[in-house]
Amino acid sequence: MKNNASRTGPSTLLILACAIPIVIVLVALPKFVDTYQTQLLTYGLVYAIAGLGFNLLLGYTGLLSFGHSAYFGLGAYSAAFMVRYFGVGSMEIYILGGLLITGLVTAAFGYVSVRHTRIFFGILTLALSQVLWTLAYKFFWVTGGTDGLRVPFANLTLLGGLIDFKGRDAYQAFTQNYYYYVLFLFCICTILMWVIVHSPFGKALQAIRDNETRAQFLGIRIRRYRWFAFQLSGSFTGLAGILWVPLNGLVTPDILYWPFSGEIVFMTVLGGFRTFTGPIVGAVVFNYLKIYAVASTAYWQMLLGVVLVALVLALPTGIVGTLSRLFGKFRKR
Amino acid sequence: MNLLETINLKKYFGETHAVDDVSLSIAEREFVSLVGPNGAGKTTLVNVISALVSSDSGKILFKGDDITHTSVTERVEAGIARSFQIVNLFDDLTTFDNVTLAIFSRQGKTGNPATLAHLDHEVSAEADAVLGQFNLTSKRNERVRDLAQGERKLLDVALAYALKPKLLFLDEPTSGVSTRDKGQIMDTIASVVRGEGITAVIIEHDMDVVFKYSDRIVVMQQGAILAQGTPDAIRNNDQVAMILLGTSGPDAFTRKD
Repeated sequence: MKNNASRTGPSTLLILACAIPIVIVLVALPKFVDTYQTQLLTYGLVYAIAGLGFNLLLGYTGLLSFGHSAYFGLGAYSAAFMVRYFGVGSMEIYILGGLLITGLVTAAFGYVSVRHTRIFFGILTLALSQVLWTLAYKFFWVTGGTDGLRVPFANLTLLGGLIDFKGRDAYQAFTQNYYYYVLFLFCICTILMWVIVHSPFGKALQAIRDNETRAQFLGIRIRRYRWFAFQLSGSFTGLAGILWVPLNGLVTPDILYWPFSGEIVFMTVLGGFRTFTGPIVGAVVFNYLKIYAVASTAYWQMLLGVVLVALVLALPTGIVGTLSRLFGKFRKR
Repeated sequence: MNLLETINLKKYFGETHAVDDVSLSIAEREFVSLVGPNGAGKTTLVNVISALVSSDSGKILFKGDDITHTSVTERVEAGIARSFQIVNLFDDLTTFDNVTLAIFSRQGKTGNPATLAHLDHEVSAEADAVLGQFNLTSKRNERVRDLAQGERKLLDVALAYALKPKLLFLDEPTSGVSTRDKGQIMDTIASVVRGEGITAVIIEHDMDVVFKYSDRIVVMQQGAILAQGTPDAIRNNDQVAMILLGTSGPDAFTRKD
């Protein structure tokens, strides 16, 4: 009997065979590249976590959210509030507190949003995210308004205080250590998401995506499962926001604004939302594209737009989807 | 005791009386065929009983309980399953994954995000057994969209069967397949259904199939029940022959001219 090759890409063994060398390269990379490149890659990994979370909704549940900036921003602002109002420096407390807050808001927003599908779902998620953006923008005495809130790395500690960033070469130390911290959490998130999408729950989400009526006639509680998927998706994206804020050093309402939701959508589509690894690749590639476009021209948005449209037209199944197809053809020969 | 009972069930779409005061009883382990010309209300009746559409009035009793206002999932959990006239599957998943989903759902495991589905050997073994019963083992790892129409029809029934229902509705399980495949499909379905003692209600146009496999035949016309009885009684019912065939006489259903 031949191996089960699902439409989501190559087999588990093949993924593992590719993943282990990639992880080894990622672990070794900071030894060979400069601080700036390490930092760029850290951003890429953070966005990849957001993309993984987002794709649980888009790729596996068939729901296109235009409001994931809300959960990313919530994570970021939660950490920033802990710094500003409670003087917290522990990354682990940021994560716990941030996930709690993001989880609560995601549960409420999700409860409202999953009552609808298609464009109505998209518009609802967009509208809800803009509520948060408005709050961050207008309640400036709490949020700092457009000036934002600072989260300096100098006050940060990792692993319950084992690692801090004081003294000489603090910035280099932060960049290196934080990269490994993010890489570790990225690996954990990837494994977690892998288990989720290959679990009975993940299969049920795919069933809901492919044929809602039949899923219902198998006894699957559609709305409840969509809600659960929404919460998981928002929490992953919230975690990405929490990890992003010490790296960026500042959080402003821009991170809650709808164009950032669009960027999350774009990363995922660019990599291939029909594949598990697509959002990861898409996030890293998009991050580099954006950084280099910004550095090259004042019209970077236009340049980025043209490049992205060309990529989508040339690679409609995304980078990973196209590579998988080519690999499949090569194997058949 | 009757497994299913509908009492004065009605479903109107504007002026169209799709289901018009239907009172029907189905006993346990019965194999009932629902026949009638197009637009007679057969599929609407099944849609109402399975909660795909709501009734306008009347009652539905299942195992004596009033289920008239329950949801699809509640009826599935109570033991009502169905297949569809237009095949309704998860086309991008494999045949095996389609069946395992039904089993996971029946076992209440679809809410579990923390274990890998393919490591549940008990479910995998049961799914393989179901595929074997429906002669689909060779198609185990194929994507459903790549299956032939007859195989898709069988899988549609297999999904409903994997829920281990008490009552199974089969909406035209042989429509769109060749005459040669029709017999094979019905033999497979009948052997599984009879073997497991499942009560089945089948909507079918092919009267040869209906006479061969049914314990009882219910004839519908314009949303109401026109006649019901054993295959022999229906075969000799001139009014039924006239409605279904446009002719009557002692051998109306066997004449080939």
